[in-house]
Amino acid sequence: MAPILSLKKVSKSYGAIVIANNLDLDVGEGEALGMLGPNGAGKTTLFGLITGTIRANSGRIEFLGEDISRLPPEQRCRRGLARSFQVPQPFGGMTVFENLTVSAAFSKNRSERDVYQDCARILDECGLTDKANLKAGSLTLLDRKRLEFARALATKPRLLLLDEVAGGLSEAECELLVGLIKRIRKTGISIVWIEHVIHALVATVDRIVVLAGGVFVADEAPENVVLHPKVAEIYMGLPGD
Amino acid sequence: MIGTLNAMIQGLLLGGLYALFAAGLSLIFGVMRMVNIAHGDLIVASAYFAYFVMQMLGIGPFTSLLIVVPVVAAFGYALQRWLLNYTLGAGDLPPLLVTIALSIILQNVLLIVFTADVHRLQAGPIEIASWAFNSELSVGVLPVLQFVTSVIIIGALQLLFYKSSFGRAFRATSDDQQVAQLMGIETRHIFSLAMALSLAVVAVAGVFLAIRTNFNPFTGPLLLIFGFEAIVMGGLGSLWGTLVGGILLGIAQAIGGQIQVGLPFVAGHVAFLAVLYFLPQGLFPKVSQ
Ligand SMILES: Nc1ncnc2c1ncn2[C@@H]1O[C@H](COP(=O)(O)OP(=O)(O)OP(=O)(O)O)[C@@H](O)[C@H]1O
Ligand SMILES: [Mg+2]
Repeated sequence: MAPILSLKKVSKSYGAIVIANNLDLDVGEGEALGMLGPNGAGKTTLFGLITGTIRANSGRIEFLGEDISRLPPEQRCRRGLARSFQVPQPFGGMTVFENLTVSAAFSKNRSERDVYQDCARILDECGLTDKANLKAGSLTLLDRKRLEFARALATKPRLLLLDEVAGGLSEAECELLVGLIKRIRKTGISIVWIEHVIHALVATVDRIVVLAGGVFVADEAPENVVLHPKVAEIYMGLPGD
Repeated sequence: MIGTLNAMIQGLLLGGLYALFAAGLSLIFGVMRMVNIAHGDLIVASAYFAYFVMQMLGIGPFTSLLIVVPVVAAFGYALQRWLLNYTLGAGDLPPLLVTIALSIILQNVLLIVFTADVHRLQAGPIEIASWAFNSELSVGVLPVLQFVTSVIIIGALQLLFYKSSFGRAFRATSDDQQVAQLMGIETRHIFSLAMALSLAVVAVAGVFLAIRTNFNPFTGPLLLIFGFEAIVMGGLGSLWGTLVGGILLGIAQAIGGQIQVGLPFVAGHVAFLAVLYFLPQGLFPKVSQ
């Protein structure tokens, strides 16, 4: 099957900090890919490269077979790329519902009514219906994270990039969001999910890659990834081979 | 006493125009964090353009708005899209320097084309029409019309911001540019639309002001200051606050003018400084998020 997203020899560094060094990656249509890596490895920056808020030093990024390397972020969004942020960044002064409708502001061929219905459905899926009219700035962390999902879904993505969903949440709250991710998967949306909480990843994704030193040091089925020496080294502080 | 009351009513009605100047200015600042130093000169240029259109077509100032507003808005869009957008994203200084340059260029182009003579837009009999309450107290039809127009425009802007998808795009961009982009909003287009809207609003105000008072190529900076003062008095970020700020400024100037002919602007500045000193957040501070 043709990949939905391909990185081809993508390189990016900040001075001496190497984020990506000739990085190749394919994400399959409908696939859920997990991404691990030590703090500061460049996982979040990679999302910036894919969504277009950060420019790579070299290499090509293809989405749905098209080279999007030179497209601005809004064009990439309109082609079906969306992300959530590690630290939620809602439009704080707007209501939860308004946050979702922003994406519809300039999408042609959608009546205001369709947009409202879509957004109401997404809010419902994300468990935010009763908070629809609250200012987004007043939400709890869990609801802010839900809003990150909801707002991304409102752009009608084909590929959803999730950055550290579990961070800062209790086990039970984390479970809620993992359930939500599983439901999103079922709708056919492809996912790349950065997460430090390995067991949450393992239970959800098809494959896990590990980013370190600008390259993927591991690319494994979820159940094998914990056995990988590099992962053991990074997460358990054990010496690698 | 009646004289002061008359002056205050005049000031109040004039304040609506100041509020429009301020609304245009704060729209730009709110959406793209840009201070447009050429704002006042663009207002004056709109007045000159109205003068030109009136001469060419032999129409009155109000009819000229049908041409002036769309043309000025289109000019604003182009100005932002193909010049000012390139100054954004690298700190506060580039847009400041470029709009200062634009201000100087506009003043000198107006000077060359229209000379330094003062101009005024002739509106005909409506200029002197008034409603008299009694022998001493009367209100001009024109100032009332100006004020009502100002309030309607401010109300329309309020509706636009809070009730339309267009307004949501403005507010989202104002809140977080990058996230707005990631939601599919082309911020450069939004910025250009904001400039178009800002100039459309101030073109109306500029034409109204040019019916009331003389203007010359160097009137712009003064209008810019009025706009700033109205914004700061009203509190950044509230349109109705801006209206009140504009009205306060108008009243302060009118009272100053009552005390002594040369005093109105000084009185306005004093009122501004007083508000700044006692209520640094303005009269209607934006509720923090
Ligand atoms: N604009 C920038 N300029 C210079 N260095 C940067 C910039 N942005 C990020 N970095 C550096 O790049 C490295 C990668 O950051 P990034 O946030 O992508 O890591 P991460 O893998 O997401 O880490 P974490 O797991 O902590 O979220 C860090 O060392 C960071 O300090
Ligand atoms: Mg990160």
